[in-house]
Amino acid sequence: MQWWPIRNRDADLERELRSDLELEEQEHRENGLPPEEAHYAARRALGNIVVIREQAHEAWGWAPFERLQQDVRYALQQLRRSPGFSFVAVMTLALGIGGNTAIFSIVNGVLLNPLRFPQPDQLVSLHESKPNFAEGSISYPNFLDWQKDNRSFASMGLSRRWSFSMTGRGDPEQLQGQFISAGFFAVLGVHPLLGREFAENEVQLHAAPVAIISEGLWRRKFSGSPNILGQNVELDGKSFTIVGVMPADFRLPFLTLSERDVYAPIIQWDNPLLMKRGGGLGFHGTGRLRPDVTMDEARADIERVTRNLADAYPDADRGIGATLVPLKEQIVGEARPFLLVLLGAVAFVLLIACVNVASLLLARAQGREREFAVRTALGASRGRVVRQLLTESLLLGFAAGAVGLGAAFLFAHLAIKALPSALPRTQEIGIDFRVLAFTFAISLVTGTLFGLAPALKTSRTNPQTALKSGGRTSTGAQHRTLSALVVLEMAIALVLLAGAGLMIRSLERLWRVDPGFNAHGVLDFNLSLPPSINNATVSEIRAKLRALDRTFASVPGIQAVSQTWGAIPMGGEDDTVFWRDDQPKPADDQHMRWTLDYIVDSDYLRVMQLPVLRGRFFTAQDDEHSPLVAVVDDVFAHKFFPGQDPIGKSIDLSNPIRKLVIVGVVGHVRQWGLDADDARPLRAQLYIACMQMPDDYIASSPTNTNFMVRYDGDLSAVLAGMRRANRAMSDEQVIWGEQTMESMITDSIASRRFAMMLLGAFAALALLLACIGIYGVMAYFVSQRMQEIGIRMALGGQRKDMLILVLTHGARLAILGIVLGLGSAVALTRLMKSLLFDISATDPAVLSGVSILLVMIALAACMLPARRAASVDPMRALRIE
Amino acid sequence: MSSMTKQVQQRAGLLQGTLDMLILRTLLYGPAHGHQIGKHIQRTTNEFLQMQHGSLYPALHRLEQRGWVVSKWETAPDRNREFKYYRLTEKGRKQLVVEESQWKQMAEAVARVMWPAAEEI
Repeated sequence: MQWWPIRNRDADLERELRSDLELEEQEHRENGLPPEEAHYAARRALGNIVVIREQAHEAWGWAPFERLQQDVRYALQQLRRSPGFSFVAVMTLALGIGGNTAIFSIVNGVLLNPLRFPQPDQLVSLHESKPNFAEGSISYPNFLDWQKDNRSFASMGLSRRWSFSMTGRGDPEQLQGQFISAGFFAVLGVHPLLGREFAENEVQLHAAPVAIISEGLWRRKFSGSPNILGQNVELDGKSFTIVGVMPADFRLPFLTLSERDVYAPIIQWDNPLLMKRGGGLGFHGTGRLRPDVTMDEARADIERVTRNLADAYPDADRGIGATLVPLKEQIVGEARPFLLVLLGAVAFVLLIACVNVASLLLARAQGREREFAVRTALGASRGRVVRQLLTESLLLGFAAGAVGLGAAFLFAHLAIKALPSALPRTQEIGIDFRVLAFTFAISLVTGTLFGLAPALKTSRTNPQTALKSGGRTSTGAQHRTLSALVVLEMAIALVLLAGAGLMIRSLERLWRVDPGFNAHGVLDFNLSLPPSINNATVSEIRAKLRALDRTFASVPGIQAVSQTWGAIPMGGEDDTVFWRDDQPKPADDQHMRWTLDYIVDSDYLRVMQLPVLRGRFFTAQDDEHSPLVAVVDDVFAHKFFPGQDPIGKSIDLSNPIRKLVIVGVVGHVRQWGLDADDARPLRAQLYIACMQMPDDYIASSPTNTNFMVRYDGDLSAVLAGMRRANRAMSDEQVIWGEQTMESMITDSIASRRFAMMLLGAFAALALLLACIGIYGVMAYFVSQRMQEIGIRMALGGQRKDMLILVLTHGARLAILGIVLGLGSAVALTRLMKSLLFDISATDPAVLSGVSILLVMIALAACMLPARRAASVDPMRALRIE
Repeated sequence: MSSMTKQVQQRAGLLQGTLDMLILRTLLYGPAHGHQIGKHIQRTTNEFLQMQHGSLYPALHRLEQRGWVVSKWETAPDRNREFKYYRLTEKGRKQLVVEESQWKQMAEAVARVMWPAAEEI
């Protein structure tokens, strides 16, 4: 439908009607009427020209467009006429829509969008299931058999993280790297920017070292040279030939979607356990399903493979199964519950905003009653009036949507920046088509939602009464609707407050959980040693390690130093099997006892400030020349020596077989985080002295070690001192990956903190909106009841009574809302159970606390209108009439 | 809404479907402009329909939209001025036959219900 012929056709119709009028007028004049009367008679005979024109437009088929244009123009006029109202309404809704868009953009980026790999649904994350870990690491030999024997995967890859120290190109540098199997990138469907992946012959034992580097490293260290392929790079003292360059946007599909600077074949890892089936070396797999294979079929298939392996290698593989998780689920699964809770919460905020604006509109509609009465009297149908009002509210909705979109963009960025560790895939969060569609849709729904009730209400007004009363009536029905809206707002605000309250209490309790050590002033860092250490003898290595301890201990501000080679509380897991020396050696690993193991120096006790419950901790004398000793935690003692004193008892370790005498018991440390530790099956803890580790172990990968130190004073000063001391030892020695124990604890509860902060913000927002809502409605009621109040005062009512009158009214609404809200909260907070810690989803203290808070604030909001009622001058109030 | 306008509207509603037919039938005599058509219908129905001229024009435009009539501004034979003349098309002629027979059927059906005795005589 084109617009230009409209004017022509309109002019045509106009001319036609005019000629009709003229003929008619002429006839009347010929019948003897005076000209004036003839004119009016003709008009009467023709009928309402506006209606005729509209009907003609209808006949031409463009009436709907025209009506829309008219409605929009009129609505804009109306909104311009009351800029204050329009501003408040748009801002209120923008808050709601912006919040929803922001949270949705996060949900969209993290949960909804497919992973950025070709056919991402075929990608599966692979783990070995072991007695203590559903998602345990896969040993390299087992993986090679999985790869060979399975029938359901098109391809499979294996990898683990490794930190390489690069030397020979300026300052030595620690590179984040990954050991990968052949064909690892092909599984993901990605290809090197330059060169190729590792070939089969390059992943065999004794193959010459090859490496793939990142585009970033290529540009940074090789100045993007086009003949990079075939050049060498020195990693951990070995020379690797570069065969490929990975594009800069490539991310490994693991929890944090990390970038790596360098990739090397797994076989290049000098680890004596690499080719052992029982080795738990932190390798995890990624597979691509054949197109026609389902997850269940793949699971059954890999089960078969692992069963065969258990039969063939009972010593290492008995009891070991497989865990297959869709890759996307693996990455985002943990984020889902709390993102959905947030989405639900922010939807409630929008609902409140809608209710708020609805009550604003309704109160305003009162003032516009005359306007609509006039329009109805002039022939506007009820549908037309409703459409007009809806156009106004939709305009408000879309304006708010536009404002909200901008706010959302900012907000999502800030929120993510504030807490990066809380979420996977944060770099994929943005405003895309789906987010825009979402914003559009909620703006539309919002506009309809808050506009419909007032529109229907207003359009029902009887024009005759409205016109007669001079626009000062207020019907009981209208009051009831407004009251219902306030009650609804209060109820929603209560639900949000309850959610936020529960989160805050959870975090508070979580913070109060004793991790089992003093995290304040503890720093964890890695150290990579010069490549020359690869050629040192074991005793030289031991001497070097001791020297490191001494050197760092002498740095000002450092109070205690310990190397830590096993598990790190909340940082990294490590476990080992053992058996009690007074019991027979079990036939295979699966029947042995499992424990976490911490391989530490004697000063670890001072670093962590662990409590010694019985016996003693290690001393410097517990070294390679003295009898082997062990320290255990109380969980270990209770579990494996129930009712006995473990001191003096012996345990045996395998690999190599050696006997350790338990000399002390220390307090349990929450290895798995403040919240999760109690629920984990593997909690027993065994401490072994570094220097008592076998020679093989000491010599296996001497280039890397990990430290934990206790410091006081300024961290950056301490770090600077350590770097200086480190430099003094060797140019090729690098400190890297330093982080404080406190930040590790904070990170372990980051997603809860994220949820708490946002829920808190949403609840505050809801509270604010609800306050504005109840204030607005009460103020309106007071203004409507001025005369009544005036009469009461004139008849001897006290100011105090008026105050109480209004406050009771407000309190009644608030309490009704709270009762309704409590019912909903009990039903809804259960959905956020997984986010809570040590608190019931219906905790009575939280629920009653937020109820009281809400009543207080509601009453405070009613105070202003109440005082206004109390200060009414009866003479004035009555004279208004 | 006043009772007066209501009455008119009710009658207009009744007319709505038949107005098209009346116009087409009127145009069977030859081309005519809006005022002529209106006057003709008013006269023939003895003003019973209380039709306002205005309602004729949207109907005419509707018929034109459907291709049952065509229009053209022409000079009236008896006056020195232009009027918009409507002319029945072939399609309109066929439509008139259809509407006429439908109307007849309905009128007969209504008559059989309303005055059964008359049928028996």
